[in-house]
Amino acid sequence: MNRDLIRSLEQLLGNDGVLSSREDLLLYEYDGSVEVARPECVVFPRSTEDVVRIVELSNRHEVPLVGRGAGTGLSGGALARHGGILVVFSRMNKILGIDIENRRAVVQPGVVNLDLTRVVEHAGLHYAPDPSSQKACTIGGNVAENAGGPHTLAYGVTTNHVLGLKLVLPTGEAVQIGSSALDATGYDLTGLFVGSEGTLALVSEITVKLTPLPETIKTLLAVFDSLDDATETVVDITSRGITPAACEMMDGWTLRAVEAYVHAGFPLDSAAVLLLEVDGLREAVEEQAESVAEVCRLHHAREIRAARDEQERDLLWKGRKNAFGAIGRICPTYYVQDGVIPRTKLPATLRRITEIGRKNGFEIGNIFHAGDGNLHPIILFDARNEAEFKRVVTTAGEIIRFCIEMGGAITGEHGVGMEKDHLMPLLFSEVELDLMRGVRDAFNPKGLLNPGKIFPTSKGCGEIRVRPLPLAGTMAR
Amino acid sequence: MSASAKISETRFADIVGPDYVALDPEILSSFEIDGVAPAAVTRPGSAQEVADIVRLAAAENLAVIATGSRSKLGIGMPPARYDVAIDMTRLDCIVAYDPGDLTLGVESGIPLHKLADVLAEQHQFLPLGVPFFNRTTVGGAIATGVDNPLRQLFGTARDYVLGMEFVTGEGNLTKSGGRVVKNVTGYDLHKLMIGALGTLGIITKINFRTFPLPPASRGFVATFDTAEAALDFRHRIARSALAPSTIEVLSPGVAELFYSDAAARIEPAALRPNLLSNAKWTLTSGCAGSDRVLARYETDLRRMAEDAGAIDIVMLSDDLQAAWGRMREFVPIALASSPATTIMKLSVLPTRIAEMLERGAAEAARAGLRWVALARGVGVIYFALLPSDASENSRTEVSGAAARIAAACSEFGGNFTVPWCPAKWKSSLAVWGPERADFAQMKKLKTVFDPCGIFAPGRFGGGL
Repeated sequence: MNRDLIRSLEQLLGNDGVLSSREDLLLYEYDGSVEVARPECVVFPRSTEDVVRIVELSNRHEVPLVGRGAGTGLSGGALARHGGILVVFSRMNKILGIDIENRRAVVQPGVVNLDLTRVVEHAGLHYAPDPSSQKACTIGGNVAENAGGPHTLAYGVTTNHVLGLKLVLPTGEAVQIGSSALDATGYDLTGLFVGSEGTLALVSEITVKLTPLPETIKTLLAVFDSLDDATETVVDITSRGITPAACEMMDGWTLRAVEAYVHAGFPLDSAAVLLLEVDGLREAVEEQAESVAEVCRLHHAREIRAARDEQERDLLWKGRKNAFGAIGRICPTYYVQDGVIPRTKLPATLRRITEIGRKNGFEIGNIFHAGDGNLHPIILFDARNEAEFKRVVTTAGEIIRFCIEMGGAITGEHGVGMEKDHLMPLLFSEVELDLMRGVRDAFNPKGLLNPGKIFPTSKGCGEIRVRPLPLAGTMAR
Repeated sequence: MSASAKISETRFADIVGPDYVALDPEILSSFEIDGVAPAAVTRPGSAQEVADIVRLAAAENLAVIATGSRSKLGIGMPPARYDVAIDMTRLDCIVAYDPGDLTLGVESGIPLHKLADVLAEQHQFLPLGVPFFNRTTVGGAIATGVDNPLRQLFGTARDYVLGMEFVTGEGNLTKSGGRVVKNVTGYDLHKLMIGALGTLGIITKINFRTFPLPPASRGFVATFDTAEAALDFRHRIARSALAPSTIEVLSPGVAELFYSDAAARIEPAALRPNLLSNAKWTLTSGCAGSDRVLARYETDLRRMAEDAGAIDIVMLSDDLQAAWGRMREFVPIALASSPATTIMKLSVLPTRIAEMLERGAAEAARAGLRWVALARGVGVIYFALLPSDASENSRTEVSGAAARIAAACSEFGGNFTVPWCPAKWKSSLAVWGPERADFAQMKKLKTVFDPCGIFAPGRFGGGL
């Protein structure tokens, strides 16, 4: 990279605010996905003004610019695909304001998701979106990806909790969109920018809603001897209009991998478990828990266990949230998908995934947000075996096509990034992609901000590119 | 060449068939917006026909405005140009309904009440209890972005619209989002369509998540001497574990409106006599659930209302729908209550609601204007000025009071617009609120979606 640019960045941010040596950059060529791309330099702004100056420098030198939080993303969204400057927000980690009465907070993008909840829970509030990586991931990253999590079934995803953003546009202009009061006048810019995967602007401040903690929480583990029974239970719970706060499913293969690592007490001989949570008013929770248990029994659950205390609840959730770390222990490389299907299609889809796996010679694990129909099939493979790697690509492609045939989508919460860009034409026509490109170009005219993301780079469609890593990804999903 | 001359030569009939193009002045006048009539009305029968009409209009530089039931055309500025109305009401199909998945896809011209009946058969509903409910189309409710009391628990359309199909200003039929409840594939362009008044695209199809109807509902009505006391009750509810589906504060004077003949015409179900006191403030709250849950709500709400100084408390069950109906129809009832009703929408943080109401009341009194207000617990206030006539003098009084109320709202960090007022007064009121710093960003979007500027020119704020 141009020495002048690095010198200018060092002048702006100090020597400890810029990394440019090869060994330092190595740390930033990964995220939580299987993608790899190395930036040419990494910078750590401390303020909106720093971000503005960095954008101006990138413009002057025509060098790409990519925002990054904690690097836990699962689609290569925060990787510098075409090199350039990686803007890491870890030093912009201040909570700028909390308004308990009005349930609002203003945060810098580098604030860790769970830290916000920790700061407000004394007042009976929390920040509701809870990606499994919430101990590490940042709210800025959540905003870029419109992150979900287990409890988004009842509480909604990131976009439902963001009221306003301070943007630093690729032109270097800082502008506030949305507002702390509801219904900011004009088009819903906040709705557009949340989930735009860092391709339209960098974000330097975020105004979010805080949500009351429920009076009561009841966590149930339902154990099944058949995968079909478990999926039919989810369909039945949904169609009866019961909305648990969370409804997570883990198949037998996955829970055995997890149990060996976390010791959460999952029964090793079962075919599937459902981790179900109901919350709210005491009276409502009791009734809902009973309805949920009744549906589980109707579908032959062999055991329904309620967490006796907070400790047991935490353990069950630890099992869920650390599952991917557990899988990383047993296989050198795995590939996780993020397709979504209508909930009514869950049994058929899970059966199809098993068939597709068998046909291609893989055992596919499933651990996912069942209540949302958001699948995370996991394919384990050995990256050194080229033939096997090709079969992974075919297998993953078959699964995602089936999801789309069922009326689904290619990503529920991980984002398109540089991992699924080639799949976009399966869902969107060239005209539709051109409209989205038009929006991108309107804000990001030179294409310097996070290039090579979301949009397919070539006309060929439906090919999944997976560049295997030498080490397993271990970030939790 | 004049627009009407161009239209007579333009072959809209080739697209929709001769029966579905109207040039008859009587029909044209029924599509007027603020006194401006189109030169033609088209009634497409499919999304592709909408796209073809728009493509033709773009080629001829004709301004188009999509309409539904035409119940809310008063929102926004008068059109700068208005050549062709696209009547969307023939697109009234349910495209996909998967009750088990709680998802639904409909064409935008379907009447909301008709859709509500279909959903009710499956014990489901959409939380779109919007004004003009018995007339409005789903597309109209979404394109105008009108909110409703249920936002307290369910949020607004942006929270439960899953995807849309729409036509861009170049006549391209496009979509964003999908029909699954969780989806981050591509930009959320459909969110931009909500409340954009058809200036970015013409919505042809909308996918929603639906919600289960609760087993039972109750209403809780508490009367207070002051706005401050009523809002104190609101804050107590907010701090409690309760999650009511609605919280609405009604000002003095609303009773007179709600018990009027005009109100009975708009929402015929009879409101229980003496439920509202015309001299007092009232907080109403809706709650839903099983008998045990409702009992808990009643106990807790009663206690909190008493602690906040309630002077009267009433529970509603059987006649709940009548009360909710009138509250839902607050806007049309207020519009029928004065020859020049001017309704401001003021959005402030919840802790500023009481102050905002007091300032509004003081400014209205200073101008000698009758007024009423409905404040949602989330901080959105509909403040209606009800002058006795539409005279020039009234216009001066109303625009002066509105400007001062707006200034107070800005001072409190709030957002305001004036969604409803006499057409002739729009030039003297800040219909779209103050110029915002981010309007420049919105203009970029307008250029992408509608490069020729043919969608509802002049109707939206900031010259969009």
